Amino acid sequence: MAYFCSVSPIALSNFLLHKYSRKHQYLVSIVLILGVAGICFAFSAFVEYKVVAFVLLLMVSLIAMFFEIAPVLLAAFLSAIVWNYFFIPPRFTFAIQSTENVLLFSMYFIIAMVNAVLTYKIREIEKEANRKTVREETLKLYDTLLNSLSHELKTPIATIIGATDTLQEEKQKLSEADAGQLLSEISKASIRLNRQVENLLNMSRLESGFLQPKKDWCDIGELIYDVLHQLKDNLNHKPVEVCVQENIPLFKLDYGLLEQVLYNLIHNAAMYIPKYAVIRIEASLSKNKHLVMVVEDTGNGFPEDEIDYVFDKFYRLRNTHPGGTGLGLSIVKGFIESMNGTISLKNGEDYGAQFTIDIPAEIAEVNDLKHEP
Amino acid sequence: MNLNTADILVIDDEPQIRKLLEITLQSNGYKVREAGSGREGLALAASHPPDMILLDLGLPDESGQVVLRQLREWYNRPILILSVLSSEEAIVSALDGGANDYLVKPFRSGELLARIRSALRSATGEPENPVLVCGDLQIDLSLRTVKRNNEPVKLTATEYNLLALMAKNEGKVLTHQFLLRSIWGPSFVDQSQYLRVYVAQLRKKIETDHNAPVHLLTESGIGYRFV
Repeated sequence: MAYFCSVSPIALSNFLLHKYSRKHQYLVSIVLILGVAGICFAFSAFVEYKVVAFVLLLMVSLIAMFFEIAPVLLAAFLSAIVWNYFFIPPRFTFAIQSTENVLLFSMYFIIAMVNAVLTYKIREIEKEANRKTVREETLKLYDTLLNSLSHELKTPIATIIGATDTLQEEKQKLSEADAGQLLSEISKASIRLNRQVENLLNMSRLESGFLQPKKDWCDIGELIYDVLHQLKDNLNHKPVEVCVQENIPLFKLDYGLLEQVLYNLIHNAAMYIPKYAVIRIEASLSKNKHLVMVVEDTGNGFPEDEIDYVFDKFYRLRNTHPGGTGLGLSIVKGFIESMNGTISLKNGEDYGAQFTIDIPAEIAEVNDLKHEP
Repeated sequence: MNLNTADILVIDDEPQIRKLLEITLQSNGYKVREAGSGREGLALAASHPPDMILLDLGLPDESGQVVLRQLREWYNRPILILSVLSSEEAIVSALDGGANDYLVKPFRSGELLARIRSALRSATGEPENPVLVCGDLQIDLSLRTVKRNNEPVKLTATEYNLLALMAKNEGKVLTHQFLLRSIWGPSFVDQSQYLRVYVAQLRKKIETDHNAPVHLLTESGIGYRFV
């Protein structure tokens, strides 16, 4: 794809290199040289043989820009022979009579070869420089990733190790309340660690490209309340308003993936919105029979200039408190897209963030299913 | 068997997990025996059948699924699977293979103890008594009636059958397929939409808040569990 979008000579030459195998490159070189020589030959009445040398040199240079060294050398060699045989007087022999022409031919031969080698070398250096930039960029990305990951994984581990050490070694000195506090820190740290590992596993599931949604009938109301139940401790009595359209049909979707999507969205909201804010979850059937879910809050919303990036992998808001790997929302997006759905984010009219999920799905009307065997 | 001093066999290759389980279970009054491999576990179970088995699926010698099937050829008391495998396939296949329940590692000790209690209770349930009592619910299997807080609950035939089947298997995770086959028949195994609708209806009738069920619990992607 990149080959077509870019006009850089490197990209073009890479494209040609990929398109033509080495055997083809030899063939194309020979055809080009013979073709151009043929055209020159047809007009040899109007074009002096010395000019033909320049035309052929131009061809060799062009070939050198795109092909590997061996076919280029072949083109240079072949053009010298052809020029000698068909154009240098006396024509149709390899013999050269005047000293001037011998000199011309020798120089032609050397220039063609040097030209071929130099062009090829420049290309190699350019390619190497390009590789280096890509490698540097990858390394930089890898660094940010490692930093954020190691922080996210090591913080809870440090808490666990530190707290257990204190509990073991200073048993006598610790008050019961302090010991209890340490134990609760260990417990919180383990849960956090588990969630990060869970996120990483989900991400690698997505990256592997083998994520196949297993569709089954989902009761959206059940799903929402199930997730809210799982997040009971995180929500810590924050008000959540649930609004499920009356008589909403069942949707044939992957329950597990939807569960993870809602979990991440609500978990995010619970973590980042201020104490007074409210979370609101809405589910309905759209006119075109899609499942539409809205998760919004009355918090501070996202900075407008960062909205486009929040679904990117490892992206973290600039002024955010620590915690989080920047994976949650990219998993949300990946899971929704694996079910051919879309998710968008905007800031609500005068408050908070509003995520809108839209997923096409088979539906089953509840009233048609009252089946008593 | 005394429920609180039940003899529990732990089959898990991780010494750390075995230690954790030993301490947790012993401090709750259970007798604990341990096996670090499938073969050792099978031998221990055969030499002196425990009241319950906690089985890990990732064993070094034989897959836990194989151990489960071999145990189920003769052992009919509760088997609870403890595994890091959290995919629906793994869970459904273990439940279909005869496990009573499945807990994904890492788990909370409180959750484990609750599952153990409920599995042991249902294993010693008195089948002669036709009235099952579950918190505020009373299910009379001989009269086919259900009462909540002593008030009769009006159920359709299918709703009642579903509730009775789940209540008779209290604490056990029943898979969607099992419930569909048992209540609607083999041709309905893939028609989980019926199950969804009836579970929702049933919850509206037997739960105090149908959105926060305490009896009919969802095991996401797997099935339902009655407690």
